[in-house]
Amino acid sequence: MNKILPVLTVIITIFIVWYIAAIWLNSSWAYDKAMREGKQLSSIELIADTWSQDKPKLPAPHQVALEIWETTAEKKITSKRSLIYHTWITLSATLLGFLLGTSFGILLAIGIVYNRVMDLSVMPWVIASQTIPILALAPMIIVVLNAIGISGLLPKAMISMYLSFFPVVVGMVKGLRSPEIMQLDQMWTWNASPSQLFWRLRLPASTPFLFASLKVGVAASLVGAIVGELPTGAVAGLGARLLAGSYYGQTIQIWSALIMAAALAALLVSIVGIVQRLTLKRMGMV
Amino acid sequence: MNTQKTAQKDTDTVQKTVISSKNLDLTFQTKDGPVQALKDVSLDIMKGDFVSFIGPSGCGKTTFLRCMADLEKPTGGKITVNGVAPEISRKARSYGYVFQAAGLYPWRTISGNIKLPLEIMGYNKQEQLKRVARVIELVELSGFENKYPWQLSGGMQQRASIARALAFDADILLMDEPFGALDEIVRDHLNEQLLKLWERTEKTIAFVTHSIPEAVYLSTKIVVMSPRPGRITDVIDSPLPKKRTLGIRETPEFLDVAHRVREGLRAGHADD
Repeated sequence: MNKILPVLTVIITIFIVWYIAAIWLNSSWAYDKAMREGKQLSSIELIADTWSQDKPKLPAPHQVALEIWETTAEKKITSKRSLIYHTWITLSATLLGFLLGTSFGILLAIGIVYNRVMDLSVMPWVIASQTIPILALAPMIIVVLNAIGISGLLPKAMISMYLSFFPVVVGMVKGLRSPEIMQLDQMWTWNASPSQLFWRLRLPASTPFLFASLKVGVAASLVGAIVGELPTGAVAGLGARLLAGSYYGQTIQIWSALIMAAALAALLVSIVGIVQRLTLKRMGMV
Repeated sequence: MNTQKTAQKDTDTVQKTVISSKNLDLTFQTKDGPVQALKDVSLDIMKGDFVSFIGPSGCGKTTFLRCMADLEKPTGGKITVNGVAPEISRKARSYGYVFQAAGLYPWRTISGNIKLPLEIMGYNKQEQLKRVARVIELVELSGFENKYPWQLSGGMQQRASIARALAFDADILLMDEPFGALDEIVRDHLNEQLLKLWERTEKTIAFVTHSIPEAVYLSTKIVVMSPRPGRITDVIDSPLPKKRTLGIRETPEFLDVAHRVREGLRAGHADD
């Protein structure tokens, strides 16, 4: 109960600010319209108008909610206008990219921890890779992959991977190196083989680090999938909805896609969180 | 050919010597120049001995123990464990090493932790269970097999780590200030238990400590060391009987030995 109250307060505050901002941003259009029709607007008429425009600068929350309702519950999932359909397109690229990014990140981290040359050479490149704006790189990746005959889901997943491997590398390098010198000495006294050292000490010790990285990685994957849809003129996916919305000034559509993306991110992060809790509990580490 | 013969002869004549060190030197290369951790350290440890190493920090007592365990490579002199080089005896798993901290794996239960070296050494499942049960009883941790380390007190964790070092039944137990982080009451109790365990298992124990009463109470032989460079300044063969109770610490014999240890430590400090 004492948790609900603060959360509720924040939500209500956000809504109030949102509605007020909608009045403020949309009022000039309302005044323009009224002037052309030679009408005077009372405050109530003004507010009603700013909250119900077709292409508002900032749609009011209930407009976005209605749009989401119409494009999810009232459309068939197979329909091109169903937001669920677009979300699924983006989600599949996100999940594939997340899987690829996580595997690549773990492999890279193992290489960095076990190979001195990689330790000295790879990390700067990994960091440099993240300083390039993904928006600039994404079209290149898509064009190059298209040229070698790869199109569809995979190019988007590659961009997801590009963003999500980074937190995994950083976290796993730290995790694989987290065993203390004493624990390594101990393994040495037992004459443990390198693979025993890895599977019995380094890998389990890195688990909490891995999950912290996965939470960041899955959110980055979603961003990657959406960004991957932007430069390709994709016809489906949340990114395509954002793009189409901005072409035609469909702000309500943009906002509903944004809210959907945020909800999807929250869902993905909390799924990782649940898996984390279950795994660490099974390992006795909570 | 010739060297092999003499080595053979060596092990024959001193057949009860378990650890033998002759003129051992170890110099660490640090950024501030070379640091001599051990200088000219010679010592023989016999089978069944309980040898304590005592001295101020930096005297090389832990380094010496780590040389026995092949955790450090000496830069001069010769050291053998069970008649062979430390590396060979490490690979033969001829010693158990107990570190300052218990170092249990948080993702393994107590029995899982004790099983760890057994898994690594390739014992079969049945043998693992048998040995875990035996050493858990030996360190009096029955009933805690399925608890995780964080559910146990510091003293119990250290007992579990001793059980882990005992599980594969090595003849030698190397202990590096195993009770250093524990309070005195727990320490007394564990000292008593360790003596009982030593008596029952007849292992050879090398024990690093910086507590004079602990060293005198436990040992058959006390090695006093001093720093800069780390060296042995006195070796005291304890006149105390093998069977001891905590009460022995009030006897004149005990106080005599403790006095000699203290003198040795002071002498080491005098040349600073």
